[in-house]
This record gives sequence, structure tokens and C-alpha cells, in this order.
Amino acid sequence: MSKKRFNYGTAILDAFEYLLDKYPEVFVIGQGLWSPWYVGNTMTNLDKKYGKNRVIDTPVSESAVTGAGVGASLCGMRPIVVHPRMDFMLYAMDPIVNQAAKWSYMFGGQSNPSVTIRAIINRGGEQGAQHSQALHAWFAHVPGLRVVMPSSVEDARDLFIASVLCDDPVIFIDDRWLYDQEDELTPAKDVVLETEGPKIVKTGKDITIVATGYATFLAKEAINKLEKIGINPEIIDVRVLNPFDYKKIITSVQKTKNLAVIDPGWLSCGFSAEILSRVVENIDPSLLKTTPRRIALPDSPAPTSKILEDEYYPDVDKIIFEIKQLLGEL
Amino acid sequence: MITIRKAEQKLAFGKEKGFIEGPVHLGVGQEAIAVGISEILQMTDRVFGAHRSHSHILSLNLDVYKLFAEVLGKVTGFSRGMGGSMHLYDKDSGFFGSTPIVAGTVSIAVGAALAAKMQKNKDIAVAYIGDGAFEEGVVHECLNFSSLHNLPILFVIENNLFASHMNISQRQPNNKISRFSEANEITYKLLDGNNVELIYKESKELVDSMREENRPAVIELVTYRWYGHVDWREDIDVGVERSKEDIENWKKRDPIARLSKAMKEMGIWSSEKNSALEKKINNNIELAWLSALDDKAPEAKLLLNNVYKDSE
Repeated sequence: MSKKRFNYGTAILDAFEYLLDKYPEVFVIGQGLWSPWYVGNTMTNLDKKYGKNRVIDTPVSESAVTGAGVGASLCGMRPIVVHPRMDFMLYAMDPIVNQAAKWSYMFGGQSNPSVTIRAIINRGGEQGAQHSQALHAWFAHVPGLRVVMPSSVEDARDLFIASVLCDDPVIFIDDRWLYDQEDELTPAKDVVLETEGPKIVKTGKDITIVATGYATFLAKEAINKLEKIGINPEIIDVRVLNPFDYKKIITSVQKTKNLAVIDPGWLSCGFSAEILSRVVENIDPSLLKTTPRRIALPDSPAPTSKILEDEYYPDVDKIIFEIKQLLGEL
Repeated sequence: MITIRKAEQKLAFGKEKGFIEGPVHLGVGQEAIAVGISEILQMTDRVFGAHRSHSHILSLNLDVYKLFAEVLGKVTGFSRGMGGSMHLYDKDSGFFGSTPIVAGTVSIAVGAALAAKMQKNKDIAVAYIGDGAFEEGVVHECLNFSSLHNLPILFVIENNLFASHMNISQRQPNNKISRFSEANEITYKLLDGNNVELIYKESKELVDSMREENRPAVIELVTYRWYGHVDWREDIDVGVERSKEDIENWKKRDPIARLSKAMKEMGIWSSEKNSALEKKINNNIELAWLSALDDKAPEAKLLLNNVYKDSE
């Protein structure tokens, strides 16, 4: 099959076009959609190609617009609600957490909100504390929501298609720091979300590194340097945080006997804690050769100053340092 | 209206006597609103309620047995025993759902209207909103959005003057809720909420034009609930600016008694017919109640069902 070159951003654009071409019940609603610089190169010209009735830019009303997405999804539509910054989506917690997440359960499974809520993590660049948050752990805490975080170009497109075609409410979280990655992809096709989950993106034997979203990108960037110093890591990309199928992680840790978790969110009560707990609860503790470790954001709001940002966000060198220390090689 | 009234009185009894575990928000005294509105709706319209929605669902589907079963937490209920009084669902009659977060379903109804507009099927959405919900910001977002996008949604404001325990005079500078329609350029009517004939006639006019023109509309109906915010008590003690005298005065404006009186004056109703009807309704309610009491609760093993679609 012929392959085409994409970056992470155009892969998402390809998913939008695939869905809007194939499924008349799909529409897109959110802020900034008629001025797509808000969302990088992920939605360029969608309004011109599919019309402003199907690609709807909105007033500054996150709560009403998200609720409207939920409501339309109860009436035969498959809405995609776009929040160009996750921070502003906090205005929409009621339709997401109280309504969409519980709708199926409260009514005995008679009705399902097939809405996809796309939230973009958009940080760095001295944007400061209210333009930088990675809140995936909040949503992964809520039963009834599916939470998807793609790290690769292929997943950005395919898991987006899967999210929109899923009959449950899905929080799809992409990260602007991933947009420049490139890859060759075969043509888009339907993907089923329910069978997607954590994936081994590199096999190895010395340590299991479990990472989510942008952290997976960092982990992959660290591979060469780690191998040069004789550490062969197995890397697992979480991809789907809720419902969380952790079996592959357990199996991997049973093999490598060492575990590091890297998360793009805060440390305390972060998703890294969930991964660690699941492993500890499900293996023989004597199997672990070293104390598991988490690498995550320090427990402070994102700073504004570039100097502090460099301190705040873990980079490849920091990851290598932590892993060497964990394995007792420092 | 009589069936809804008596069904809710039965629920008040059931709560007081301990048959019902969960909270019941009763709307006795407010029956004319849902009955008047539902009369003009089609089965394919999309109606959303809130915490006090027994009348909203019953006026679309007068199956008191399913309501009783739901409130009692039985699998035979409207929401298969998973919802109780505050989470009701009956899509076949057009009742798309009620949930108890104040103003929570208003934006969802807006989305249902957006879908109707896209589907070009001339269906409308109906959002029942209390006066208290207008103190939530999202309602104003919804009015703005539906006006801007020409959505076929009827905002039915049940202004019963109370949000929980507090009188509107202590919550808003003005007790006329429909004033917000003007700011959003939405057609509105402000009516006596205890006059079923008036509600039917006036809202029919609004809805007929909404279906043709894809426009939102607001109808504000001033009414009063005889019981307190939740359960069977009158809540005079906890009600801020809620007196026995007010309740008695409002009872004189009982929508059912008014309709009955008007029909008698027109010569199309009589005390005998009324008694016969009430007797029949009482019997039905008693049978439905006893039958629902006998039904089964959801099995414990189903605890995790339907968190996701088809999940077990």
C-alpha cells in the first residue's frame, strides 16, 4: 500500500478529513476553528472544505459548547468538541464529568453519548501557569470516560479516528510538543478503540519504562544514549489511560524486574501513581530488583520564565540520569 | 394533571413511610406546566429535565408504574432501576433525560436542538429550567448560543420562586426571569403557570413558529410548589420567606381545581364525573404502587454494567 508522509499535526488533519468525508454525522465544534492557527496544522482549511455548518467556531462558552456536543451525540450525531487549550476546558467540567461520563450508567445503558472531546496540551514558550496544564489524570479518574493520549504520528491519526467512532465519551489529548514528529503512514481506515491499549514501542530486557503522551517521545529519544551505556530498556506507551489495561506492563516488569514511569503531568496523584500501584499490587514484590521510580512534573504550577521552564520540564538528560540512578549505575 | 398529582402524593407517602430510600423532589402544584407543554410536542422532540422532573416525564408517558418502580430502584423502572427519582429516561416518548445538577441538562438540550437543525427534521428540543438555574452562568451561554445559531429550542422556565430553601427576592434583583431573553434577542412569553389552557395555547403558538423558523423561544411560567425542596414536608421552618399563609394562598390557585371549575362552568364537566375519574386514578395508582413494590432491584453482579456501552 502506498505510504504518505505526515507529521503529528497533519496526521490529525488527515483523521478529521477521513471522518468528515466518510461519516455525515460527524461535525466539529469549538473555539478558534475558523482561525486554525489556534490548533497548529491539525485543522487547516477544514471549515472551507466542509462548510461552516459542520466546522463550527463558537462564542467563548466552553461549558455550553461542550454540553451541546454531548447533547447532539444523544441524537444520532458524532460531535468532536475542540478545546485548543486544556486549561480553558475546566469551564466544561460539568458536561464532561457529571453528565457525559455518567449518562450511560444512570439510565441503565439505554443511551450513550458518542462525543469526542479533543483537548490540547499547549505549554512552554513562557505561557505560564494557566496555559500549560496536562490534566489527563483528572479525567482518567472518572469511570465512564475513555481517555486517549497518542504519542506517535500514527496513533495521533488512528486513535483519533477510533475515538470519534467510539460510542462512549472520549477525552482525546494531544500535545503541541509532539507536532513536529514525522512518519510515513498507509491510508486511514476505521479503528476500534475498545481493543486499543498500552503498547510496547520498543522491546528490551533491563528496565521497563512506562510513559504517556509527550513522555513517550522523551523515552524514545533516550533509547540511543541508554543503549550506549549498556542499558536496554523496554518502553511501553500507555496510549489509553481509561479504562486502563495494565496487563502488558505487569508482564514486562516481570521480565525486566525494574520499573520507571514517566508522566507529562504532576507527580502527586498523577497517572504515574496509578501505573506504579497496578504493578506493585500485581507482582511478587521480591521480583523487583530496584525501587520503582516516577519521573514527572514537580508539584508546582508551570512557571513563566524560560529559565524556570527548563528546570521544570524533564528532558532526555534528566530521564537518563534518573534511570541510571535507579539502576545503581551512578 | 390529576394522575401526576396523585402519583407524586403517593411518592410523598412512600418517602415519609420509608418505602423510598433516595430523595424525591416533588412538584405538586406545578402540574399545569408540563401538561400544557407536552400536549403540543411530538414523540420525536427532545425533552430534558432536571431534579424535579416527575411531571415532565409523566406528561409524555403516563406510566406511573414505571415511575414508581424507578423511584423505588427496581429494574422495571424508567431507567432500569439505575437512576431513581433524579435520573429519568424514556426516549420513546421523547424524554431524553433528567439529571439533578442545576442547569446541567440545559446545554445538552441545546446540543439536541443543534442536531435537529442539522438533521432538518423540524423536531425541537425542550429544556425545563427552574428560576434558580438562571443563576448558573452556563444558562446564559446557552441562550446566547441558541440565539446566535438559530436553534429550535424551547426554554421552559418553571419559576416557582424558590431555589431549594431561598426565595427569589434573596437571590436576584428582579423576579422576572424572562428578562434575560431580551438581552439575547429571543422571543418570550411570561404567563400564569397554573393555567393549563393558557399554557397550551400560548406555547403552541411559539412552538409552531419555532418549527418553521428554527428559532429558540422562552416561556416563563410562574408557579409554586406545595412541598418543600425535597421529600414530603412543607419546609416552612427551613424555607427562607416561605410561610404557611403563602402556601395556602397558592393552593387557592391550584391548576387542577381551576380547570375543573372552568369546565364545570362551560357545562362539560361535573362533580360526579370528577369523582369517578379520581376513583379510577386512585385505583390505578394503588395497583401500580403495589406492583412496583414487588419488583426486583438490579442484581449486585450488575454493579459495573453500562459504565461503558455494552460493558459488563
